Amino acid sequence: MATTKFLNREVVEMSEIILKMKNITKEFYGIKALDNVNLEVKKGEIHALVGENGAGKSTLMNVLSGVYTYGTYAGDILYEGKECKFTSIKDSEKLGIVIIHQELTLSPYLSAAENVFLGNEQAKNGIIDWEKTTTEARKLFKKVGLDEDPDAIANTLGVGKQQLIEIAKALSKNVKLLILDEPTAALNEDDSEKLLNLLLEFKKAGITSILISHKLKEVSKVSDRITILRDGATIETLNNDKNLSEDKIIKSMVGRDIVDYYPKRKHKIGDIFFEIKGWNVSDVADESKKIIDDVNINVRKGEVVGISGLMGAGRTELAMSIFGQSFGKKLSGKVLKNNKELKLNSISQAIDNGIAYVTEDRKNYGLVLIDSVKNNVSLPNLEKISKNSVINENEEIKIAEKYKSNFNIRSRDILQNTGDLSGGNQQKVVLSKWIFSDPDLLILDEPTRGIDVGAKREIYTIINGLAEEGKSILMISSELPELLEMCDRLYVMNKGRIVGELSKEEATAESVMKCIMKDNKEAEYGG
Amino acid sequence: MVDNKVDKINSVFKNNMRKYGMAIALILIIGLFQILTDGILLKPLNITNLILQNSYILILAVGMLLVIITGNVDLSVGSVVAFIGAIAAKLMIEQNMPVIPVIIISLLIGALVGAWHGFWIAFVKIPAFIVTLSGMLLFRGLTMVILKGQTLAPFEKSYQILSSGFIGDIFGGQTFHITTLLMGIVFSLIYVFVEMKNRKDKIKYGFDVISMKLLIAKISLIVIVINLLTYSFASYRGIPNVLVLLFFLVVIYTFVTNKTIAGRYIYATGGNEKAARLSGIKTNKVLFWVYVNMGLMTALAGIIFSGRLNAAMPGAGNGFELDAIAACYIGGASASGGIGTIIGAIIGGLVMGVLNNGMSILGIGIDWQQAIKGLVLLIAVAFDAYTKSKSNN
Repeated sequence: MATTKFLNREVVEMSEIILKMKNITKEFYGIKALDNVNLEVKKGEIHALVGENGAGKSTLMNVLSGVYTYGTYAGDILYEGKECKFTSIKDSEKLGIVIIHQELTLSPYLSAAENVFLGNEQAKNGIIDWEKTTTEARKLFKKVGLDEDPDAIANTLGVGKQQLIEIAKALSKNVKLLILDEPTAALNEDDSEKLLNLLLEFKKAGITSILISHKLKEVSKVSDRITILRDGATIETLNNDKNLSEDKIIKSMVGRDIVDYYPKRKHKIGDIFFEIKGWNVSDVADESKKIIDDVNINVRKGEVVGISGLMGAGRTELAMSIFGQSFGKKLSGKVLKNNKELKLNSISQAIDNGIAYVTEDRKNYGLVLIDSVKNNVSLPNLEKISKNSVINENEEIKIAEKYKSNFNIRSRDILQNTGDLSGGNQQKVVLSKWIFSDPDLLILDEPTRGIDVGAKREIYTIINGLAEEGKSILMISSELPELLEMCDRLYVMNKGRIVGELSKEEATAESVMKCIMKDNKEAEYGG
Repeated sequence: MVDNKVDKINSVFKNNMRKYGMAIALILIIGLFQILTDGILLKPLNITNLILQNSYILILAVGMLLVIITGNVDLSVGSVVAFIGAIAAKLMIEQNMPVIPVIIISLLIGALVGAWHGFWIAFVKIPAFIVTLSGMLLFRGLTMVILKGQTLAPFEKSYQILSSGFIGDIFGGQTFHITTLLMGIVFSLIYVFVEMKNRKDKIKYGFDVISMKLLIAKISLIVIVINLLTYSFASYRGIPNVLVLLFFLVVIYTFVTNKTIAGRYIYATGGNEKAARLSGIKTNKVLFWVYVNMGLMTALAGIIFSGRLNAAMPGAGNGFELDAIAACYIGGASASGGIGTIIGAIIGGLVMGVLNNGMSILGIGIDWQQAIKGLVLLIAVAFDAYTKSKSNN
């Protein structure tokens, strides 16, 4: 009789708690990445997991999904009341636990439908049933709100759509617990919004989600409860209600109050330093298509100028075309520095003329990941530390050490490969590299994408320092609050054109959106 | 504290295992064959032979390493070796051209061949595998056209100085080659000087240096090896010319890859071409010049190989490209680019050379030699992949 009673109680608990991770400890070569972490997820809720980079979020999810197999960690996983000992990702997927990683894992040359059923092909006796594949994919796409031909090749689709394909793939596996690692990191506001609404719909359908995110706004918007990790330990789990403020979450994440999230700087704005006049750029593939259309902008000395706009507005293309024609064809227009026209036919000419471009994609375009911090920092300006093209390595070490300590780059030493560093520290290396090239105009493209609160603030401090030194800074970002806080002036871009210029006082989320909407409307009526 | 120390020793061991693993393997292989062959392997005559037999592969490996660092490959070098030999023979034997212009023209043509490959790879952006595969067929064909399918022989004596000559003894030593011994001493002194200067510079910048004791131990070891080697050569016919050439190539290319901007650009291009380009490096120019250099090295190897054979043959150099590529991989170069050292490639080449030579002395047939070399390549790269995964975690 006693047993039945006991079981009954378990049943009650089970219906509430879908996942319980108890005292999870995971070590990498003697260093504890996770130290007695506990996580409880209720059935049907959206549970957010937040923490700084390196806090252990991804490690914890890798333990849960079976990437780190049973036995390589200590502690228990209870899923739907049963103890789980996963030996591969397949095991966890069988139970309906599906993880969608930060870096999308679609096979680029397969179609959307093929990707959805990759590893789970709609086949009979090993022969693929294409009709079923297409119709089933279409059904799934409808569920996730993706309006796309199932035969479209994956790499021709935008990041937002690729993300939805990943989710459709998860649905096809009968997902019960969906884990999303930084799903909106690469998405613009519009797509992010859509994705979050989709999560809310899933919730209605009874699917439980774990959402890992750096963006506290979206966390507080959709999640029911929030678990905060710091330095590999659970700090607390908070109920997301009206009383919960972002400050409280941040405090819990970093273990201290961040008094000013955006550090202050002394504004010393000088004369117009850089001027871009009548800038036109055509598409590489289709020369008749204008990507940048008659752009006129300027940046003063010591000024931080923002460029805002939706994804695809042409911000990155504008920056890269200025940076030694690294993007585009049939360029026309002038770049003036101190009223003198610059010749910018190659990237090395751009660098010599004092222009630096910090890419939005640090892993693919910013760093040599298999090389050291030292060699990455010195790369764009080796001449500075060389005599007769022989590198003075001692000088190089000194410089790398200087940036490592000035910018607080957390690496084992300057000889550690940049591929082993966290996103925030990688970004600091990229910044070091370009600051070492001693630019007058620094173009920052999404300088804080995918990095944690603490590192973000450090990056802001670096930007402020540069502005105070009198450098001109052009900052592109999809995070509007960041632009509003950091910039002295803001240009709004839409469809390759500048559609608004706002002073710091004028710039608000609404006024920026208004510029874009007005432009879209004009295009509608005008066209 | 104790834990820290153990960890440190472990990590030092792990790092060095990766760095010196293949050098240690080479020493073990030499030791093994020294025992198996009852000491024949390290006899002065045999060491000399070993160098002469492998010199052209090692020269090719120097060029190939740069190509492999950029993440590419050159399959044409075997054919180009034959092509250069054929041109040299044509000029010298049929046109009676003197040696010096023949060598200069051969080197020039080698560089042009490299430029041909480099143009298609760097500027037209056709994969190196395809371009050099085409080169492999093209230049083998042209060799046969030039030679009309025949062997052209013999070369003038002076043509062979580079491939089979020895440095002269200005002191006219009887039992020993005195110049060789002196060179050993001079190189030792230069080496000691360089090490000491490095240390002094490091101290000037306030960096950590290894303790004097350790440094002296390291220097002594290398000085002893240098002098044993020159002693060994001195008791036969002195240092082969080709070894002097090889020595300078290794010194120059090690310097270029480690210390110069050009070297850094090559590594950066191979490590991440897009990031390198956005850092202001003209990566297509880097690629182009790396192939020109490969062509130059191939021409050098072609001159030496044809001189050693004392003939130009349509089938010469068959499979050399694979030996050179294998030398680089055995020496720790990465197939995906960005990683590799000149010394590593030389060690890789020597591992294969010693295996060949040792097995030949033991009377093992060419069939088994081939098979064993294949396995060694796989084991070496697997070992490298294993240590890499260990040190990454």
